[in-house]
Amino acid sequence: MAITGVLRPGHAQIRVLDLEEGVKFYRDVLGLVDMGRDSQGRHYFKAWDERDHHSVLIRQADKAGIDLFGFKVDSEETLNKFEKDLQAYGVTTKRIPAGEMINTGERVQFTLNNGHTIELYADKKDVGNCQGYSHPKPWTPEAEHGIAPVRMDHALLAGGDLDQALDIFVNVLGFYLVEEVVAPDGMKVGIWLSCSNKVHDIAFLRHTEDAKLHHVSFYLDTWEKVLRAADIMSMNEVPVDIGPTRHGITRGATIYAWDRSGNRFETFAGGYISYPDHKTLTWPLEHLPEGLDYAQRKLHETFLTVFS
Amino acid sequence: METLKGNITSVMTEEAYEYVKITIAETGESFDCSTNESVLEGMRRLGKRGIPVGCRSGGCSVCKCQVVKGEYHQHRPMSTEYISKQELEENCVLTCCIKPKDNLEVKVIGKMHKNICEK
Ligand code: FES
Ligand SMILES: [Fe+2]
Repeated sequence: MAITGVLRPGHAQIRVLDLEEGVKFYRDVLGLVDMGRDSQGRHYFKAWDERDHHSVLIRQADKAGIDLFGFKVDSEETLNKFEKDLQAYGVTTKRIPAGEMINTGERVQFTLNNGHTIELYADKKDVGNCQGYSHPKPWTPEAEHGIAPVRMDHALLAGGDLDQALDIFVNVLGFYLVEEVVAPDGMKVGIWLSCSNKVHDIAFLRHTEDAKLHHVSFYLDTWEKVLRAADIMSMNEVPVDIGPTRHGITRGATIYAWDRSGNRFETFAGGYISYPDHKTLTWPLEHLPEGLDYAQRKLHETFLTVFS
Repeated sequence: METLKGNITSVMTEEAYEYVKITIAETGESFDCSTNESVLEGMRRLGKRGIPVGCRSGGCSVCKCQVVKGEYHQHRPMSTEYISKQELEENCVLTCCIKPKDNLEVKVIGKMHKNICEK
């Protein structure tokens, strides 16, 4: 098995200001599959082609933003090992019992200096994509409902201590740095990290406030589908931030927009395949404008100021 | 999708609306806004500037203003991360979450305020 340790982003738990409106949005506009609600009032969703039970949870709260971001690891042994390694690093960890999150095993949770809660788990129920595991069809009716991304792909989180986040993800959890934005004095302003062949599994921006969500991102197969997503957004009066355009950073063809509660989300296609032995690509801060929007080469003011 | 049903009902039940004037206190600039849309969206759709535009959904606070004159009503929840009860009582609001009832005068107090008003 080539991908070991942390396998992929597993779930994002997002706060919405109105749950029913949030459910309608995530199910019918973004086009995730509705996986039901638990007794705590968290509503569960998965992207149509994901196989594990859920990848997005929303809950009603009086402030928007992100509660936690979780990663699936390859085994219980790995989970135990990361728990020990995090503690040795000096991070306090907490075990959340199996079943606290529906169809999900025990989770090891910790908080970054940035204020973000990150968790690891080894087990989540495989429900498949409705096609079974023998001679599956290439797509399902859900693949055409709403924007209908293939998967929840990554998140960009913001806070003050970028360096600790980088250190933990690289030196404890085994991620590698794919791309970075660096200020003239050498300070890192943004980092894009991978635990796989994807150009990012998680990314961080340096920001004056902690625990902020920049966006949760959803993957589409093609640029055509990104344009279809733009149509669906406008048809549903979804506020769009940037795009459709292409990022210089990671090369994704993208749209940034906001859910009904002001949480930014991204729908994107493309990027490239990265490997752990690749050298990090660097964007000096003066090139952030085209790093962000390669077509327009402009630093959209909202990129560094609007968070939930 | 939300679209189809949404549009039909909104066309059928749309209430009568009128246009009122929104004035930005700092610059004296004004724009016409329907009583049927948020102050922020009214401004943005006309390509006008003055109030910073962010999420347009009550979650990010960049559109924060104090209403110093005129009546409005709140039609969407505002994230309490950025608007306290106290502030609400002082008519500090997220302009993407309020619709005007009559002419309004607003002071811009959100983030990015500098960039826009002190050029
Ligand atoms: S634009 Fe984000 S709260 Fe109004
Ligand atoms: Fe992204």
